[in-house]
Amino acid sequence: MEDRKRRGHPMKYNWNWGVFWEASPEGTGTYGELLIAGLGWTIVTALCAWILALAIGTTVGVMRTLPSKWANILAACWVELFRNIPILVQLFVWFYVVPELLPKAWGTAIKQMPNAAFVTAVVGLGFATSARVAEQVRAGIQSLPAGQAMAASALGLTLPQAYRHVLLPRAFRVVLPPLTSEFLNLIKNTSVGLTIGLLELTARARSMQEYSAQVFEAFTAATLLYLLLNVVVVSAVRALERRVAIPGQVGT
Amino acid sequence: MPMIEIKDVSKAYGAFQVLRHCTTSVDKGEVVVVCGPSGSGKSTLIKTVNGLEPFQTGNIIVDGVSLADKATDLPKLRARVGMVFQNFELFPHLSIVDNLCLAQQKVLGRDRPAAEAKAHALLARVGLPEQADKFPGQLSGGQQQRVAIARALAMDPIAMLFDEPTSALDPEMVSEVLDVMVALAKEGMTMMVVTHEMGFARKVADRVIFMDKGEIVEDAKKADFFGNTRNPRAQAFLSKILQH
Repeated sequence: MEDRKRRGHPMKYNWNWGVFWEASPEGTGTYGELLIAGLGWTIVTALCAWILALAIGTTVGVMRTLPSKWANILAACWVELFRNIPILVQLFVWFYVVPELLPKAWGTAIKQMPNAAFVTAVVGLGFATSARVAEQVRAGIQSLPAGQAMAASALGLTLPQAYRHVLLPRAFRVVLPPLTSEFLNLIKNTSVGLTIGLLELTARARSMQEYSAQVFEAFTAATLLYLLLNVVVVSAVRALERRVAIPGQVGT
Repeated sequence: MPMIEIKDVSKAYGAFQVLRHCTTSVDKGEVVVVCGPSGSGKSTLIKTVNGLEPFQTGNIIVDGVSLADKATDLPKLRARVGMVFQNFELFPHLSIVDNLCLAQQKVLGRDRPAAEAKAHALLARVGLPEQADKFPGQLSGGQQQRVAIARALAMDPIAMLFDEPTSALDPEMVSEVLDVMVALAKEGMTMMVVTHEMGFARKVADRVIFMDKGEIVEDAKKADFFGNTRNPRAQAFLSKILQH
């Protein structure tokens, strides 16, 4: 009720940018510190999920380009499954449904994990993002001239060696920009973790709003922190792009 | 025993017959030029020799190894047969020296100093001793193709296959590549060369194979082929490409 009344009278809003230095009633520091802790969880969740997504996505993307029909089908199923279900539903399935499907002892162990929300968010976001990474990796490999794989074979390289030394190093350079947007999307998607109790940045901003009633300050800070994260990632990728640029070539 | 023996090889993509009962052979040290109109199957034929193109019937035996045999270790065979492509197919993300070292190290298990020594020696042989640390994108087409030849030679091949090695080159770069190939032929390398460069064929070929519509129409000693080819299709082809 209080809440609604405040929203109804925005003109009477009491600005208080000093709120970040006030102790939070949650008892573990100031509001500012809690937001930073939330940012930390956002970053850790995004990085862990990204590592998972890259590992699975590369494998699945490669499988989609292999000469084996079964590998193609299996990989296509993976992509369609994880790409076409809303990320929130996937997270709920991992958090609420999967532990019930497992043998009872396992389910209980999972529910009692100290970081259940974090682990679930990493797995859920990692798997969902892996489908998108797989599509990028596949597109990257398929964008290469067919002669490259042939030249690698003609030199006696085995198929795994051809992927490892010729196809993937080139494909990743091609898809570095779209992979960057996938990573930026992943960072933003970590905010759905709040629905299963992950105390990441958005969750922290929400709780700050609840406790302090400083809704504008809380979400302004969250917005700026997300933007800052975005700038850091984009600059890091620029540096990476320069590092892996191939002399004598433009673009790829 | 011939180095390369092609026995009654046929291949079809669905209803389209790419190769029809092709039979020929290449002896050790022999240089065989394969020519014919586009779509005649000559590139497909040369790619069947190292198993890059599968075939449905017949057999190919390279240095005693049967390609029709399912148990044949294809990567191992390919490592012994050098191939040069129309579009060079250097690996653009690797420096020239790394292009030459990759398969030496990963396939033959040579250590880096040995592979590099070999690479530098071969680059000198194809006239590019200064380019080792450059990248393919920084070289001209002719230079890239010479690097590609050096890369194939780095594997100490028992035979070399050339698939239209000069077709993608600007005219002024054709001769620098042909010079390398002529030198190679004179050193006794076993070579099968798909090309329209009849000057090259006249200079170093032992035999010329003419293909049309997936068939080997003419398979003759060089002198016979250029002197008095009997086949009307071969005659028509020759008169077209030699009229300028």
